[in-house]
Amino acid sequence: MTDRLKVERKRILDTNTLILLGVLLAVVLIINFLANDYVKTIANLCGIYVTLGLSMQLINGFTGLFSLGHAGFMAIGAYTVALLTITPENKAMNFFLEPIVPFLENVQWSLLPALLMGGIIAAIFGFLIGAPVLRLTDDYLAIATLGFAEIIRVIFTNTQSLTNGALGLKAIPKYSSILWSWIVAFITILFMIFLMEGSYGKAFKSIKEDEIAARSMGINLFKHKVMSFTFSSFLAGIAGGLMAIHLGTIDPNMFRITLTFNIILIMVLGGIGNINGTVISAVVVTAAMEILRFLDSSINLGFIKIPGIPGMRMVIFSIILMLVVIIRKDRLLKEN
Amino acid sequence: MLKIDNVTMKFGGVIAANKFNANIKKGQIVGLIGPNGAGKTTIFNVVTGVYKPTEGRVIFNAGDKEHIISGKRPDEIAKLGICRTFQNIRLFKDMSVLDNVFVANHLRIKSNVFSSILRTPGYRKEEKEMLEKSLYLLDRVGLLKERNEKANSLPYGKQRRLEIARALATDPKLLLLDEPAAGMNPQESSELMEFILNIKDEFDLTVFLIEHHMDVVMGICEEIFVLDHGELIAQGDPEAIQNNQRVIEAYLGVE
Repeated sequence: MTDRLKVERKRILDTNTLILLGVLLAVVLIINFLANDYVKTIANLCGIYVTLGLSMQLINGFTGLFSLGHAGFMAIGAYTVALLTITPENKAMNFFLEPIVPFLENVQWSLLPALLMGGIIAAIFGFLIGAPVLRLTDDYLAIATLGFAEIIRVIFTNTQSLTNGALGLKAIPKYSSILWSWIVAFITILFMIFLMEGSYGKAFKSIKEDEIAARSMGINLFKHKVMSFTFSSFLAGIAGGLMAIHLGTIDPNMFRITLTFNIILIMVLGGIGNINGTVISAVVVTAAMEILRFLDSSINLGFIKIPGIPGMRMVIFSIILMLVVIIRKDRLLKEN
Repeated sequence: MLKIDNVTMKFGGVIAANKFNANIKKGQIVGLIGPNGAGKTTIFNVVTGVYKPTEGRVIFNAGDKEHIISGKRPDEIAKLGICRTFQNIRLFKDMSVLDNVFVANHLRIKSNVFSSILRTPGYRKEEKEMLEKSLYLLDRVGLLKERNEKANSLPYGKQRRLEIARALATDPKLLLLDEPAAGMNPQESSELMEFILNIKDEFDLTVFLIEHHMDVVMGICEEIFVLDHGELIAQGDPEAIQNNQRVIEAYLGVE
């Protein structure tokens, strides 16, 4: 074989990614040891949204499947982690309307296995609903996954002895360290980069680019779609679990479509199919959502007083999202 | 090698192909011609599994045993060794030229997804082989220099060549080319003819092609099938086809 046909050694982690990871690591460590609780809370959320944004990117941005089921998978992860970590005494306190199902009564796991279990159960659901749903094309897939997320929410509202229904779960042990969220976020970043640089990741991309060509080149569409969907659900489940231990209390109404919308916002602002961009946009959007909280309360400009409108900051984000979609014309949905 | 047995393809009331029969032997270059809308691409779509024929069956034998491929999925058919190019080019536009060919190797991968993420030695070895083969194929079609460019930034003629390289990466035994010379000038189409003859020998291929450039079809095909309105109206070697009255009528119209 001649010299010019030699396979060039390529680095999986390019310079930009390494710089980004280095800066993030430094900032997270500084915040963890020096900053006050308010900043830590925001940093913690940022880490969770990095994982969520990348998980959305995997299924929508890379595989081209417009799925809106993230809130449902997060709910599954969050409830799994909550039920596995709450102490038996607190469980008895939570479930005062109806006693908890016996097999969960005395369970108390430590965080890491509980988180993994949250991811695994979300992944199992992803795998099971993926089988029928992923045969649908774009718009129908979006409707079906949205329906799935709503069904999960309604089920969790009505299974009193399993999820405590609309009362939600309280006294979830708080693991206050922001390191948990960020360890998961860093692992997710690396997972995504290594997945997408490999043969399977490129097969996902080819499915997004052109399904007909991809299957004619021997790529089993269904198998790869289910794979991508399952990974994405796993990550969403883990992030849901992190959300549960971050907030300390969860209820079914947290996991509405608006949650999925936030994640889509992060993905679109980060750039479809752009891992570094998603990480940055997750951090910026999450931080901005906290910082812009003053928009929701009344503002006194001295000469004029604007009354507080709850949800005002979401209007700002919706406008930004529209502008980005119009200006960048990113391919959110597949062509043809 | 490929036996198309009494295949009929109907779309609602429209009969795109009617009782089509063809038998392609190993090592042949076979042409499929006919006026626009005659059902040529329909036949390709039936063979590659994009359509399931309304009636009839397609049998493929790559030398091991007979497979009835009508009704199988396109990816299963590709794995058996039939690959194609598209009339209206269908590259993975936003991926690099190299990745377009690389991903066409994916169907034969043995490592699972976890070893690809962990980059185990087994996967790395496999990936290296896949990359080497991709580079070789790109060099073969003269696109080595452009390997890091995006596929849709290539000019039209190079996109056609990239499609052939991508199809070859799946290790086909039967290669289906849908109008490979479309948009080419006489100089380019004679280069293409030479290229097809070369890859046929090098990769031990059987070639089935649709083409409107008669000089290409008459120049390299050993056998030609002529379709008109879904019907097979003639079959034979180039000379017989050129002198066939029905073919001339189909192309030029009847007085």
